Amino acid sequence: MTEDLFTANNLWMMICTALVFFMHLGFSLLETGLTRQKNTINILFKNMFIICAGLLIYFIGGFSLMYPGEFNGFLGFNGFGLPIGKEGTTIEYADGGYTYWTDFIFQGMFAATAATIVSGAVAERIRLDAFMLFSVIYVGLIYPIVGSWHWGGGFLSHMNSFLGIDFNAKGFYDFAGSTLVHSVGGWAALVAVVLLGSRKGKFSKEGKSLAIPGHNIPIAVAGVFILWLGWFGFNGGSVLSADPGITSLVLVTTSLSAAGGGISAFISSTLWFKNYDVTMFMNGVLGGLVGITAGADLMSPIEAILIGVTSGFIVVVAVNLIDKWKLDDPVGAIAVHLFCGVWGTLVIGIFGSRAGFDQLIIQIIGVLIIALFCSISAFIILRVIKKTIGLRVSKREEAEGLDLHEHGMDAYADFGLNEH
Amino acid sequence: MKKVEAIIRKSKFDEVKEALHDIEVNFFSYWDVTGVGNEKEGHVYRGVAYSTSDIQRRYLVILVSDDFKDKTIKTLMKAARTGNVGDGKIFVSEMENAYRIRTGESGSTAIN
Repeated sequence: MTEDLFTANNLWMMICTALVFFMHLGFSLLETGLTRQKNTINILFKNMFIICAGLLIYFIGGFSLMYPGEFNGFLGFNGFGLPIGKEGTTIEYADGGYTYWTDFIFQGMFAATAATIVSGAVAERIRLDAFMLFSVIYVGLIYPIVGSWHWGGGFLSHMNSFLGIDFNAKGFYDFAGSTLVHSVGGWAALVAVVLLGSRKGKFSKEGKSLAIPGHNIPIAVAGVFILWLGWFGFNGGSVLSADPGITSLVLVTTSLSAAGGGISAFISSTLWFKNYDVTMFMNGVLGGLVGITAGADLMSPIEAILIGVTSGFIVVVAVNLIDKWKLDDPVGAIAVHLFCGVWGTLVIGIFGSRAGFDQLIIQIIGVLIIALFCSISAFIILRVIKKTIGLRVSKREEAEGLDLHEHGMDAYADFGLNEH
Repeated sequence: MKKVEAIIRKSKFDEVKEALHDIEVNFFSYWDVTGVGNEKEGHVYRGVAYSTSDIQRRYLVILVSDDFKDKTIKTLMKAARTGNVGDGKIFVSEMENAYRIRTGESGSTAIN
């Protein structure tokens, strides 16, 4: 390893950090576009809060909780702040892949994503203070603890010795976070949606699902393109170096899966519902991106397309299942991040260079453990918030809009639209 | 003096405006309205079919002197028509008087 290569690697990781940061704008726009005008300020406020608070919390303790170094495999802590500091700027810190500073800021950009996923699912009815409190606890504790089990070198990453069984496979595998990021957010989103209940007007008295169309589809589509761009950093940076072969393969698999997901979602939703629904197309692209995230470095291009196509189909089915279950997820966050996140993690045992029955079993065990931990902890946190400050805004506030009542502002003051 | 009110399709507005100019009806006011009617518009959003009976139309108010009444109505009937349900309606009523604020003129000289 030369200094030049170290510099190149670190530079790539910082570019990826910037791309992952940009994803927060993508999430903001997507969520804004798929909800109603009267709640726009509220959504933008939540998204700005998540990235700011997320970074600070990750600095205070999250990073040390997620990457504690040598630890018992379940829970470790390396100290408050950034204890390694300047000593982590040498080639030895991470085999010349990046410095400690880059490590922190790249992982910090990831951390806030888990709460952002929840934000979309609970939009238009959650109390702002309840949401902020929940995201601080979830990003500060739950996300880093789960992360430490695999990326931090915990028990999931050497599952065979942990279980004492002679598996051929080495351990649970999640390259860039289909489970560790997306499902962690997805489980919390599911629990939150169940505890919150649906928006008024989402289901009729007879229980029939009704449409609440989003108010700005161009903004939502811009969000999806930005997320796709950001995913080059999300997956590309998860190589943890600028390794020419793997990083370029990862960009190929990521994009092919996104494209496959979009096409399969639009075809299946068009055949099913007889209209070309761009919002399903968008969710399909995102489903493809989430689906490939766990194995972006393991898959061949053809396998990536297959993962994308299946993920896009899963999104369309899941959006309708969630409707049937009388759950209200305005932006399709549960379908995209939870369903495709789980699928993308399991598919490691089916396609790609690690495929095998043992690997599949380990993936299933990993998904189940994380599902239990995340949904139970999200349930406890949200339940306590519900009993104390309350989760949901008043009926009047919901009807007149969170912008007016929580913020006293209009998102589009002095702006009119032409309707045809 | 007559007040001619017309509810027309927004998509027919430019045609109606030009036809009115052609018969030298150059001044009128309009605004966009939402109404409820029999026409249902079918939509599908994220797999959920819904229809809305809220209909978007444009509302024109035209003040004309008595000798302009018939050709104004004829022009509106022709220019706003597509032949499909939902082409709109025309209402005609007597207008007692009109004043131009700047000059104080009244009657039909005030509306030209």
